[in-house]
Amino acid sequence: MSRLNIAKGRVEMVHGSGGRAMAELIEQLFAQAFDNEWLAQGNDQAQFTLPPGRVVMATDSHVVSPLFFPGGDIGSLSVHGTINDVAMSGAKPCYLSAGFILEEGFALADLKRIVDSMAAASKEAGVPIVTGDTKVVERGKGDGVFISTTGIGVVPEGLQLSGDQAKPGDAILLSGSIGDHGVTILSLRENLGFEADICSDSQALHSLVAAMVECVPEIRCMRDPTRGGLANTLNEMAQQSGVGMQLMESRIPVREPVRAACEFLGLDPLYVANEGKLIAICPQERAEELLAVMRAHPQGQDAAIIGTVVEDSYHFVQMETVFGGSRMVDWLNGEQLPRIC
Amino acid sequence: MKYVDEFRDGEKARALAEQIRREADPARRYHLMEFCGGHTHAIFRYGIPGLLPENVRLIHGPGCPVCVLPIGRLDMAIALARRPEVILCTYGDMLRVPGSGRESLMKLRAEGTDVRMLYSPADALKIAQQNPDKEVVFFAIGFETTTPPTALVIDQAAKLGLKNFSVFCNHVLTPAAMHAILNTPEADSGALQLDGFIGPAHVSTVIGSAPYEPFPQQYKRPVVIAGFEPLDVLQAILMLIRQLNDGRCEVENEFIRAVSREGNLKAQAAVSRVLELRSSFEWRGLGAIPESALQIRSEYAEFDAEKRFGVEQLHGRENKACECPSILRGVKNPRDCVLFGDPCTPDNPLGSCMVSSEGACAAYYSYGRFSERRIPAEELRA
Repeated sequence: MSRLNIAKGRVEMVHGSGGRAMAELIEQLFAQAFDNEWLAQGNDQAQFTLPPGRVVMATDSHVVSPLFFPGGDIGSLSVHGTINDVAMSGAKPCYLSAGFILEEGFALADLKRIVDSMAAASKEAGVPIVTGDTKVVERGKGDGVFISTTGIGVVPEGLQLSGDQAKPGDAILLSGSIGDHGVTILSLRENLGFEADICSDSQALHSLVAAMVECVPEIRCMRDPTRGGLANTLNEMAQQSGVGMQLMESRIPVREPVRAACEFLGLDPLYVANEGKLIAICPQERAEELLAVMRAHPQGQDAAIIGTVVEDSYHFVQMETVFGGSRMVDWLNGEQLPRIC
Repeated sequence: MKYVDEFRDGEKARALAEQIRREADPARRYHLMEFCGGHTHAIFRYGIPGLLPENVRLIHGPGCPVCVLPIGRLDMAIALARRPEVILCTYGDMLRVPGSGRESLMKLRAEGTDVRMLYSPADALKIAQQNPDKEVVFFAIGFETTTPPTALVIDQAAKLGLKNFSVFCNHVLTPAAMHAILNTPEADSGALQLDGFIGPAHVSTVIGSAPYEPFPQQYKRPVVIAGFEPLDVLQAILMLIRQLNDGRCEVENEFIRAVSREGNLKAQAAVSRVLELRSSFEWRGLGAIPESALQIRSEYAEFDAEKRFGVEQLHGRENKACECPSILRGVKNPRDCVLFGDPCTPDNPLGSCMVSSEGACAAYYSYGRFSERRIPAEELRA
C-alpha cells in the first residue's frame, strides 16, 4: 500500500471507486484518526452490545459553509450535532456512524483536518465512530465535503422525555447564551469581518444532560435550538405539547458581540442557530433545583429560567419585551433575511 | 450595547406610556401613520401597541421599499436576471417577493439563475470586477436612505471605467408618497382617517426635516420625525398627541441626534450628480405619482440597465383579491383582505405587504393573530 500525499494531494474519483486507492484513504485517513476496536474488526458493519434500556437513534447531515469557523469545523459539528440529538431524549450516547460525500479536487490536508477534528470531538465526548462510508462526487457536484452522522444511545431507567410532555405551569430553562453559532457562520459567509470575539458554541451536551436528568428525572422534554433558533424550537414544542408559552426577554442571555452583530445585520437572535445549547422544560417546583445543577456544570454556567408554559389552544409563544411591551414570537418565516433600511 | 440600550429602557417606556395615557383625550381618537417600515418593525418587535390606550391607533404607511414596488418593475428585474450573461444583485428582502406568475428571484436562483444577495451596493462593484465576462446588474430599490450608496457606486464604476456594471434604478421619494396618500379619492371623501405622521428616521437623516414642511401647511397634518428605537416612537406619539390636543400643526423633530433641517448635504450632492427626477413612477397601491422617483442621468446612461438592455416596460398582473393597494394607502386593514392568513402568509406571500417584516400584513400576521388572543402578562404572573 502506498502512502497518501496528504500535504499536497486531492480527493480523486478513484478514492470512491472501491479499489486500492479507496482502501488507502480509509486506512490512512479515517481508520487512523478514529482508531477503535470496532473499526479494527474491518467489517462492513460494527457489532456491539448495548446496555439495557430503551434504545434511541438520531441522524443529522451537515453541509455548513464555510467548513472551518472560529469554535469548530464541519467535523466537530457533525459529532456534536448528533450526540446532542441523541442526548435530548435523556439518553447516554454510545456509538456514532459517519458517512462522507467528498467532492473531487477537495484538498486531502483539509479533509485530514476535518477528520482529526471529528476524532478529537468523538474522543472528548467518549462516543466512538464505529462505522462509516465514503463516496466521491465529480467536481462541481458537492461543496467540498458533506458529512452525515448517526448516533445510537440508551435511555436510563425511569426517564420519559418527549416534546409532547410540556404542561401548563412548567418552567422553561435555557442552558446559555443564544445566537453565537449562527452569527459566527453568517459573518464569515458574508465576509463581514467582525473582529469581535464571536465564536461558535458547538459542543456535545450529553454530560450536562446526564447531570440534569440524574438530579431531576421529571424533566418533561429537552431540545437543542439549532436551525430556526430558540423561537422555532419553542414553537415546535408548544405545538407538539398543545400548550402556549410566555417568555421574559430580559431573562434570555445574548452575548454583547452577538447582540451587536444582530443589530447591525437586522437579525433577531431568537431565530439564529445554536449548536451547543439546550432548552429544558420541567415542573415548576423542580426548576430552581434544575437551574442550580445546570449552573454548576461548565456548559450551563449562564443557564436561566426564561419563561413558563401556559394554557393556550392557539399554541402561541409570547414574550414580554425588555421594553415592557408584549409580542408574539412566531415561527421563522422562510429564511431570515437582512432588511433593506 | 452603548447608544442603543438607552433607547430601549423599560422604565422610561412605562413612564412615557403612562404620560400618553394621561394626555390622550378619551373623547377623541388619534389616527397616527408611521410612514416608514422601520418604524412598523420596531412597533411590533417591542410590543408598542400594547402600551397605548385604545383610542391611539397606529396606521402602517407605505414606507416599506419592497411593498411599494409594482409587480411590473419586479417582472422587469426577473427578465434581466434571466438573461444568460447577467448576474443580478439585490438586497435580501427583495428576493422573496413574488412577481407575476408567482415567480420570485429566490425561485429563479433555485433554478440556477445567478442572483446574489448584497449587504452593500459596493459588493456589486466587486462582483463586476471579479466577473469581467459577465454583466453585473444591481437591482436598486429603496427610499432616500439607500439612494446615496447607489449614486456613489455608479460614480465609482464610471471612475473605474467598468464596462460590465449597471443599475436597474427603482429609487423612490418619501415626500411624494406622503402627498399622494393625502390626495387619494379616499382622502378627499374623508374615508382616510389620518391625524398626523410619524416621520421617517433614516430617510430624514439624508433629506432633513424641511421637505415635510408642506404637510402641516397644505394638509393640516402634523409631522414628528422620530428615530427607529422604541423610546423614539413613544416620544413621537406623545409629541403628536400634544400637537393635536393644542391645535398646533407643525413639523417637529424628535430625532435631533441625527436629523437637521437641511439634512446630509454631501449625500444630497452625490445623489443629484448621478440621479435625477423621473417625470412619473408607478407605485404599488398608490398608482402613478409624478416626480416620485429617481432615474440615472444621461451622462451616466451606460450604467443604466434599462437603457443598456433595452428592458421592455412591463405591467404585472396583481392578484385581483389582494388588498395590498388599499392597505398601502392606509384605508384598509390587513384583516379586511380575504386572502389574509389563508392562503396568503409570510411563508407563501401573495401580496408584497406579506413579504417583508416591515410590511403591514406580515406584521399583522405575526402580531394581530396574537393580540386578539393574548394572555395579559399580569394574569400570567399572578
